[in-house]
Amino acid sequence: MAPHPLRGAAAVVGVADAAAPSGMLDGSVPQLEARMIREALDDAGLTLADVDGVSVNNGLGWAPSLELAERLGITPRWTDSTQTGGSSFEIHVQHAAAAIALGLAEVVVVVYASTPRSDFKAGTGGWGSRQAVGQNPQAEWERPHGLRMPMGAYALAASAHMHAYGTTSEQLAAIAVQTREWAAMNPRARLQERITVEDVLASPVEASPLHKLDCCLVTDGAGALVLTSAERARSLAKPPAFVLGAGTAHTHAMISQMPDLTETGGVVSGREAFRTAGLAPSDVDVVELYDSFTITVLLALEDLGFCAKGEGGAFVAEGPLGPGGALPTNTNGGGLAYTHPGQYGMFLLVEAVRQLRGEGGDRQVPGAEVALAHGSGGVLSALSTVILGTEATL
Amino acid sequence: MAPDSPPERNLPPQSVAGAPFWDATRDQRLVLPWCPACAAPHWYPRGFCPTCLSEDLEWRPSDGVGTVAAASVQPKPTERALGGRVPYAVALVDLDDGVRMLLQVVADDPWAVAVGDRVTVGWDPLPDGRHLPTAVAEG
Repeated sequence: MAPHPLRGAAAVVGVADAAAPSGMLDGSVPQLEARMIREALDDAGLTLADVDGVSVNNGLGWAPSLELAERLGITPRWTDSTQTGGSSFEIHVQHAAAAIALGLAEVVVVVYASTPRSDFKAGTGGWGSRQAVGQNPQAEWERPHGLRMPMGAYALAASAHMHAYGTTSEQLAAIAVQTREWAAMNPRARLQERITVEDVLASPVEASPLHKLDCCLVTDGAGALVLTSAERARSLAKPPAFVLGAGTAHTHAMISQMPDLTETGGVVSGREAFRTAGLAPSDVDVVELYDSFTITVLLALEDLGFCAKGEGGAFVAEGPLGPGGALPTNTNGGGLAYTHPGQYGMFLLVEAVRQLRGEGGDRQVPGAEVALAHGSGGVLSALSTVILGTEATL
Repeated sequence: MAPDSPPERNLPPQSVAGAPFWDATRDQRLVLPWCPACAAPHWYPRGFCPTCLSEDLEWRPSDGVGTVAAASVQPKPTERALGGRVPYAVALVDLDDGVRMLLQVVADDPWAVAVGDRVTVGWDPLPDGRHLPTAVAEG
């Protein structure tokens, strides 16, 4: 069978991200976006003059990609402002790779910056882009009933998974423990102290069955990616991370409309990404999974096929996710311990690329050739999976 | 208002599509939007049937009996008016009519609310005369 036309047509050639143990960054969102684009282009050995496509989703203004292009002083011939929350950037990569494959653009930048922690400290706002605003069905049919968001929605999914499969709080906690082992090796991580299952269970209940240490951070953060054609990628500064496959699926917007609380659209997005890549879960060397909450990771492991549906709890309890484990996962410390500025999907991609380049430092997964980044937006609503590989995987 | 009087519940917005539902709550009656062509109710109200997209809907009374599909205890309130109730449980309830609603649970012990529990819809008054449906736990 002929390979899928998207497989290997484009590559990520430049990355940058910013995070700090304080959880705060200097600069406004537009400044951080510009800084990330500058650093990612430098990383690729390209300049702003090479850029002819932009993808951005920042909750500012009325037309994010248009306003970004104006600030940068460029005239892109391709643009994308897709907003699916935390999975936006996986979708941006999917769209950019398709655009590059068709010749609609040659060099695309994907950028994200958000400063919810600084905004909160300054009294100028809070969660930023995650904040539901205005009149929408959720305001009428969910919010009046007193469910804390977003953790309450994930808690309901965890409740259903526990009932259906006997999953325990200890098993969910094991995810946070293993993620923190990676964070302990990341000097930029917000939380670097190792924790135990008992620590997680002793932390305050935020929305049962989820404890505080089952929940992601709220930090400032920023990042950017540069993509170009496979041909051009090979002439640039760093080893390309080729886009081997990608898939996307939406199932709902409000948690009360989720078709099956124990299964996400990751079943569809993962299947499409693996089909495009011509690979299977067993081919993946390093996994970056959206970890807004521990249950988010558990559902992703099942839905993507790293373990069978319902067996995620027993799977993670064996300790495969941490350093030296069989399935190195969230190697930067994840949204649970590294950074989480509201839409974490950018950082999944940046870390996946760094692992494929061998730039992981102390937390490098030896011989990583295939990396998977799996974004989740909304409340388990919008899933998007990207599979990246080194030259050896083509 | 006296400074120590309890805060009132926030008013949920009322959409045009949801108006018949909210009007019925003034009399503590639960009605659901049905599509006669599909012979099925749907939730939430959106002004058309999400199966066939017909706008020819009927509002039919519901017995308001259902089963908990998922539940979460909230130790912190989401608005000041709920401060005196914490901890309280919020559940996804599958009504026997065939729709799923998010509802706050009225229960002596919120931590005991579990998937599979049978509940009946009750009513929480709102400052404007409407009522919010709740899930009243049995026993």
